Parts: sequence; structure tokens; C-alpha cells
Amino acid sequence: MNLNFLLGDSIISPLGFGTQLNLEAIRQGETALQSHTNLSYQKDSFYAGIIDNDLLDEAFSRIGNLRAYTKLEKMMLLSIHQVLEDFPYLDLERTGLVIATTKANIDELGKGRFSEDRLMLWKLGEVVAKFFGFQDKPMIVSNACVSGALALKLGNDLIQSGRFDHVMVAGGDLVSEFVLSGFNSFQAISPEPCRPFSNDRQGISLGEAAAAMLIGPKTGKGETRIGYIDAVTANDANHISGPSRTGEGLYSSISRLLKANKVKPSEIDFLSAHGTATAYNDEMESIAFNRAGLQDIPVNSLKGYYGHSLGASALIESIITRHNMLNNELFASRNFTDLGVSRPLNIIQQHRSSELNLALKTASGFGGCNLAMFLKKVQDE
Amino acid sequence: MNKKYYIKDYVILRQGRLIRNGEVLLEAGNPELKDFLRKIYKSFGMRYPKFFKMDDLSRLGFLAAEILFDQEKPEADTALIFANSSSCLETDKAYSKTMSGFPSPSLFVYTLPNIVLGEISIRHGLRSENLFLVQDRFEPTTMIDYSHSLLNKAKASNVLCGWVDLHNTDYDVFLWQIAASGRLEHNEEELNKIYLPE
Repeated sequence: MNLNFLLGDSIISPLGFGTQLNLEAIRQGETALQSHTNLSYQKDSFYAGIIDNDLLDEAFSRIGNLRAYTKLEKMMLLSIHQVLEDFPYLDLERTGLVIATTKANIDELGKGRFSEDRLMLWKLGEVVAKFFGFQDKPMIVSNACVSGALALKLGNDLIQSGRFDHVMVAGGDLVSEFVLSGFNSFQAISPEPCRPFSNDRQGISLGEAAAAMLIGPKTGKGETRIGYIDAVTANDANHISGPSRTGEGLYSSISRLLKANKVKPSEIDFLSAHGTATAYNDEMESIAFNRAGLQDIPVNSLKGYYGHSLGASALIESIITRHNMLNNELFASRNFTDLGVSRPLNIIQQHRSSELNLALKTASGFGGCNLAMFLKKVQDE
Repeated sequence: MNKKYYIKDYVILRQGRLIRNGEVLLEAGNPELKDFLRKIYKSFGMRYPKFFKMDDLSRLGFLAAEILFDQEKPEADTALIFANSSSCLETDKAYSKTMSGFPSPSLFVYTLPNIVLGEISIRHGLRSENLFLVQDRFEPTTMIDYSHSLLNKAKASNVLCGWVDLHNTDYDVFLWQIAASGRLEHNEEELNKIYLPE
């Protein structure tokens, strides 16, 4: 079966509109997480990564009609537009469109600014496909916080089954009052910027973002590329909102991935974790990673830079991983203080150079879902 | 690569009727959704306290899976590939009504469509592959392609596919299992024939 590659990408976040701007911001130690008080629901201030509407409109006005699109649509359209600019000869009749989102335009609920069907997740797909002229009906993956990476897996499989030549995978979610109030009702929102895996972590910070990635077979020669190797999902079969105490599903997804690809833990150069900074999630991850023999692999969570962008997060983290591998660099796990999980982990505490050939990306979410994915550097001969 | 798969068993819940493999097991006129759900739960003698905590979307998927697995317990690596049109919009609206007072955590957890996969996985101990898709209408192409991909790559030994939609008071449920042998080939034509009989 032919290998597919991560060919081009874009991240639209408070850290910047474009992957390179995001990478540079992270290298400089910046964060999207700022104190906000402007959402009507939340009386107290809270930390979140929120995209400035004026900046977004300024960027979007160059490609589309500002009044015709919701905030999330503008973000997502911008990200796909950026990727397509690098691939002007892409045949959209043979390119599939897969979109990952948990809540899409949920911030429009009850506002009446757009037609009612704009709340439908499939409508988001329709709007995006029409804007660019994707011919095939878009596919929407809505599988909680693993959606972004699961969309890559679906895209890869649909290319390998012969349905498409390439797939554009996009993801996006907003910081909405809906989601903020929901996590707050669980008392899961941190009063400070989130601190994944730290002993003083107090919960998650939310962050909005959109991202896009083109995957497909290699083009050109003599390049270093990042290949999509394989991904496995596994359900905890334990609880719909609480992570498994034994890390069962995450452990299963990792161990099945290792076995199917005949990879030993020591061959993995980097682990891009989910790391939401809730007490239970990070503890669960540490247990699963240890059970899988990954305690020595350099690991980080990017939530301290972006906050949790839900359906977009695993796609953004895959994009950052791709560039980390191309640049042979590891990013520090921002806001980490001292280890606050019961099992040892090799948390990356400072940006540093490191030869990266094989990376493992993991994600977990509500509904008990877990995902583990291998990305590998492939050098042309 | 082009190995053939077949439709093994299927269940349909629609307009007060419960159908398994073409046979009408329950005909309840056209009752309110809650009455229909209760009737199925009772007439199959189910005892599962978690059922009463679920939202209606999860109840629909859960009951359909119960009836499908009634005769044969699923293998632990049975993948779940589900889709619908309205995501969990009914529960989104119900939750949003609580936002101005005391936001309800028990409603909020059901504001993700893939929670129904979690409920079915918990019930049957399935630590398997999951995918939840949203599409404007029933169109099984992607579910077929992806389920065959999982089977061909040995990521699952069986696949349960499901269309579980709830919008306003309209519900539409069609679950089917895939097998390596059988009478009906697992393709769009056969699935559309079962989903929308002429």
C-alpha cells in the first residue's frame, strides 16, 4: 500500500495566521492564553486563546465576503486557502475534503444571524466545499477531542482505498460560551493558564483555532518528507466523560499501533501527548504511557501555547510535530513546573535540537475515545 | 484489497416500528419518542440503570445495538462506525437552556455525537475502533470505504455501522453488522434498499 505524506499545512490561531508564524511564536515562548472577561456568561476572568475579530476580518477580507461567513468559517477558509496557495495545480475533482469539529458554529445558536441550518455540522462542510470548489461531498468527523487526528486517519484510508488522490483535512473549533460554561460546570476550567502534567495543574484552558493539512502521495524528488504511517483508535469502554483509571483505551491504541508496525518503544524519538492539564486526564496518560514503555521518550503537551482547541487540537499538534521533525527540534511543554502525575515522564522542559525520525501522536476525548498515530521522516534516495 | 464483505444483521427504528432483518418485532403506532423508547426497553426485558441517564440520541443507538446483539454477543474488537445528520442538536438546545441559570454537566456530556459510541462500548466491553461522521443525509459510501479499510488492515474483526439521527421529534435509526460471508453484499445499493424500501 502506497505511503501518504503530510504535504502542506496551515494553522490559524491567536499565535498567528500561518504555520510559520505559529512555529516562530512558540520558539519565542509566546502563548495564545490571555485573560478574558468579555464573554457574558463568565463573570470572573478566565484564560483562553481567542482570535481577535478585527485581525481575522482584515485577513479574511482579502479572500471573501466578511458578512457571508461565521467566525469559524472564516478561520477554516483562511487555513485551507493558505494550503491551496502552495498547491495551485491540485485537482479538486480528485481531492477529498474531511473536516474535524466538535461544535462547529455552536456560537450562533439562538442568535439568528444566519439561517438555522448553519448550526448543522454538515452545513459547515458544504460552505467550505462551495467556497473552493471541492467536487465530492465533504466528510465531517465529530469524535470529540480525537477528531483532528482521526480525520487524518480517515483521509489516509480513503486515498489508499482509491477514492481520492489527495485529501484536504481541516479542523476547527471556537471558544464559545456553550463550551466554556460546560467545562466550567465540571469545574474543569483552570483559573490560570493550564499547566499540563504539572503538580500545580488546575484544569484546562480553552483555545480556538483552525488548521488544514493536505495529505497524499509524494510529489517531486530529493526531499525530506513526513509520512503518515498508521493510526489506531481504541475506546476505554469505561466512562463517557471520565478517563479510564488504568489508561486502558490509550494503552490499547498505543500497544496495537506498536505491534501492527513492529516498532519498539525505544525507536520513538518524540511523543506529542494530549495533556489537557485536568487532574484525571494527565494522570491517565502517564499510566498509559508507562504501561506502553514510553516513560523515557521526550514528551510535551502544546496546550500551554494554544489552550485546548477540541476538534482542531490533534490536527494542530500533528502539524507542529511534522515541522518539529523536518527541523529536528523539540518544543518545551509550556507552563510545566514539577511532575504531578504518579508515573515518570520525560517532559521536555526547554526548546532543543534533536534528530527526530519517528514520532508518536496521541489524543483522548469524551466518549472514551483514544488515538495513537505514527509519523515518520522519509528521505528520498 | 477488493475483498468482499456482506451485510449480516440489521435493525431499523422508525415511526414506532422496530424491524430486525426484515421482521417487524414491535409496532407501536406512532407514539412519542420517549414512549417508544420505554416500550422497547420493557418489551425486551432490559435492565440497565445507565440507560435512564442517557440522552435520547444515545438511547436510540443503545437500544438498536441491544437488539442487534441480542442473539450473539459482539467480539471485543468490533469497530463502531456511526453517522447522522443532526449531530446532537437536540441535546445542544436542551443544554443551552440551562446556561443562563445552572449549566447542567449531565446534559453537557451528551453534547458530542460520539458519546453514543461510548455508551455502546461500555455496555458490551468494546475497546475498539470508533468513528462518528456527520452528513446531510444517509449516504453509506464513506462508512463502507472506512469499514472495509479497517477490516482489510486487521484493525477490527467485525464492524457495526449505524445511522442514528434525531431532529426535533423525528428519529431515524439503521444499524447493520458486516461479515465475511452472507447473502447481501455490503455495498451502497443493498444498504439503500434496506434503508429505504420501495
